[in-house]
Formats: sequence, structure tokens, C-alpha cells
Amino acid sequence: MTLIGYYPGCSLHGTGRELDQSIRALAEVAGVELREIEDWNCCGATAAHCLSHDLAVALPYRSLALAEAQGLKEVLAPCAACFSRLKGTAVRLERNAELVARMKELTGHEFHGGVTLLNIVEYINRLLAAGLKEKLTTPLTGLKVAPYYGCLLARGEDVIADNAEHPTGMEAAIRAAGAEPVEWNFAVECCGGGFSMSKTEAVVELSHAILADAEAAGAQVIVAGCPMCHSNLDMRQQTINAAGLGRHDLPILYLSELVGLAAGLDPKRLGLDRHFVDAMRVAPGRA
Amino acid sequence: MTQAHKTHEPTLAETLHKATGTNVVECYQCGKCTAGCPMVRYMDLAPSQVMRLAQIGDAAALERLLASTAIWSCAGCLTCTQRCPQKQDPAAIMDALREMSYRRGRVSAKQKKVLAFHRAFLKMVEHTGRMSEVPLTGLYKMTSGDLFSDVTLAPAMLLRGKLPMLPRTIRHRKEMRRLFAACRRKGDR
Repeated sequence: MTLIGYYPGCSLHGTGRELDQSIRALAEVAGVELREIEDWNCCGATAAHCLSHDLAVALPYRSLALAEAQGLKEVLAPCAACFSRLKGTAVRLERNAELVARMKELTGHEFHGGVTLLNIVEYINRLLAAGLKEKLTTPLTGLKVAPYYGCLLARGEDVIADNAEHPTGMEAAIRAAGAEPVEWNFAVECCGGGFSMSKTEAVVELSHAILADAEAAGAQVIVAGCPMCHSNLDMRQQTINAAGLGRHDLPILYLSELVGLAAGLDPKRLGLDRHFVDAMRVAPGRA
Repeated sequence: MTQAHKTHEPTLAETLHKATGTNVVECYQCGKCTAGCPMVRYMDLAPSQVMRLAQIGDAAALERLLASTAIWSCAGCLTCTQRCPQKQDPAAIMDALREMSYRRGRVSAKQKKVLAFHRAFLKMVEHTGRMSEVPLTGLYKMTSGDLFSDVTLAPAMLLRGKLPMLPRTIRHRKEMRRLFAACRRKGDR
């Protein structure tokens, strides 16, 4: 059985629960063991890199060091923000021996760079290539999907392998699920991310523009890979409507939920019942 | 290099270069960062103006930067960094200026909520090792005065199992507190 290390990140135990559920369900179908890094800590997210450069590197460093010490050569970080912090740190450490020495001193942990990181898109495409594709026996035929990468699944030099302005990794997975990716303009635009609570008005405007463009392109669903994007587009959709910006009614699924549906998994097991905008209607046979 | 060069006070551009690896002097003001910035409409200085002031770097320019709302309105989306034809990293410059603004107590009063959120977030991580929504929101609301926003979302989140009440913690919490203390000391040097 293939072993992949797992860094769920904080959101996946709370607001992003369905991401955790669907990621684990796919692993089970694909016959992959996900092993959580023992005692992993928060990556620091936006807060750390805004207030302290040392902290923004030291927090991911500790989790990377733990993963390495626990023999995990590959680590999946499904949250786009966690992935960006973890891989961004790994890349910086690789290039800067002085930084490695400083982090060792600050954290008391050693890290030798022996951990490869996977994001949600890479993880799913990897499972698909390793046999999951043949298990997608419930194709989502005719479903029009807007692939939404947002910022951190598209940008970050040497962090994201896909093309920054025109990424295609999600499209491949959407097609494998039997659905149809739409061409649209907001695939790599920002939703306002971590400003959800502190600059809600900006998040409402930016997320509204994303929803409106997906609708104009004929999408029936947006697929995302980040718990921040998901809560801004799903949980805030009623706030956006209440602000008089639109009458949106667009389900927002995680990529892992969409592929899970094509694998014939129970939508509740994937967490589709936890959404704010009804997502259960996307499940085959429920439309 | 002459002795005089070795001993001069570092310029703002040099300080930023050391902190971020980006040398703002190389920016030729094409404006591409500003054109792609999703947050520019919420900023008092556009990203290209932040770069220009960083080049000028005198006391007035520095004050303008550190007290700006722009640095606290940057979402860190990396569009500017991705598109810069000079391979500059304006997003990292924003980070470095935010840290400077925070450490020197120059944060714009208008950005109180953003700072309160970041601080509440880090306080959680310092004491528990992880972020938990309920205590984070409580701490944020107490320190920002932003008491009543989103209260209607909470019951719906609870219903969906998205608001676990107990804070999530790691086992080695002492390690976190030591790490935060060490980072604070480093910053004060």
C-alpha cells in the first residue's frame, strides 16, 4: 500500500471538514494510506507572514522536521494556503543554508529537506493515474464545472508546477470525473482570502465577481481546493446576496468531493450535506 | 568597496533587499503589479507606488509607507509577484513593510481590525499550536470591537458540524511558546 504523509491543517478539523472527509474517502478507494504527521502545528497562515518573517518560516519548518523524523517522504497538504506555506518554506530552506541553521536554532529540530509536498490537485491526479480513474464508475456526464484555483493553487514560483496564468491540473481531474470544465475568466482571481472577518466588504465584492463570471460561463458548480476560498464562496454566498449584489445559487464543491461523487461514494460521506449552498443536488440521480 | 560604503546606515532599499531578496531599485514603474492587484481599490497607495516610495526611501517616504492602509490591505495573492517583468517580489515587500510597521507601532488606525485578527490568530497558535474557530473569533471580537458581525452565521455553522467548541491543541505546547519567544527576541535585535 502506498503511504502518503498527511498534513490536514487546522481548517480541515473545523470549517473545512468536508475537505478532510472527501480526501480520506478518496485515499480509501484508491488504496492509499494517509498517515497524519504526529503533533503537527499550524502553518501560521496569513497572520504569521504579515507580522513576523521568522515565525512564518519557523512554524512550517517544525511540521516539516516532524514529518521527516517520522519517515514521511511525501506529505499531502490539501489546504492551498497550508501547502503554499509548507512548500514555500521547503523551497527557501533548500536555497539558504543560513536559514536552515537559524531555524534549527529557533525550533530545536533538524530538517534535511527530505520531504516532498503534494497539493490537492497533484494528489488527485496522482491517485487517478495509479488506478483511481478506472474506479470512477459514476461519471458526472453533462455537469458543467468552473475550475477555481484562486491564488495559491496557481501562483508561487517553484511552489506550483502548473502554469500560473492558465493552469490545467483541475481540468484533467474534472474530465476524469466525466464532467465538463467551462472556460471562464476568474479561475486564478483572488476571493479576498483571509480577510473574511476583518475586511468582509472586500471579500463580498471579490467573491461576487467570481460567482457572477462562473454563472455567465454556464457553470453549474464551482470546484475549489482551499477552505478559505470555499467558505468565502459558499458560506458567504448568502451575505453576497443580502448585500444586493446578486441572486447566486451556485454549489461550491471541493475537487475531492467532485471526484468522490464520480467514484460512486455516498454524498454524505464526502460531506456534501455540510455546505451552506445546497450541494446534495450535484450528486448523480438527485438533480 | 571603500570604508565609507561599508559603514553607512543601510538605506530602506538595502534593508528590504536583505529581508526579501528583492531589490526595489530594479523596479522601472511599469505598473503591471497595480493593474493586476485585486485589492488596489481598497488601498491608499497602489502597489507600484509602494515600490516607488521604497526606492525613494527617505524618512517621509518610510513614514508614508508604514502608516499606509495599503500594506494591510494586501491579500498576499501573489499576482504582482507572478507578473513582474523585473522578477521583483512586491508581495514580499508588503510583508516586510507590515512587519516593520507593526514593530515600530506605526499601524494605521483604520487597519485596527486586520491587525486584531492577525494578532488573535497568532495568540491562538502560540498557546495551543493550532487555530480553532470559536476561540479565535471570540478573541478577535474582544480585541477589535467588531462584536456583532457574522453572529447569524454561527448557528448555521454549528448545525453543519463546522464549529467544534473545544480548542484543538498539540501535545508539545511548551515548544510553541518557546518558539514564539525566540522569534520575538530575534526581531528585537
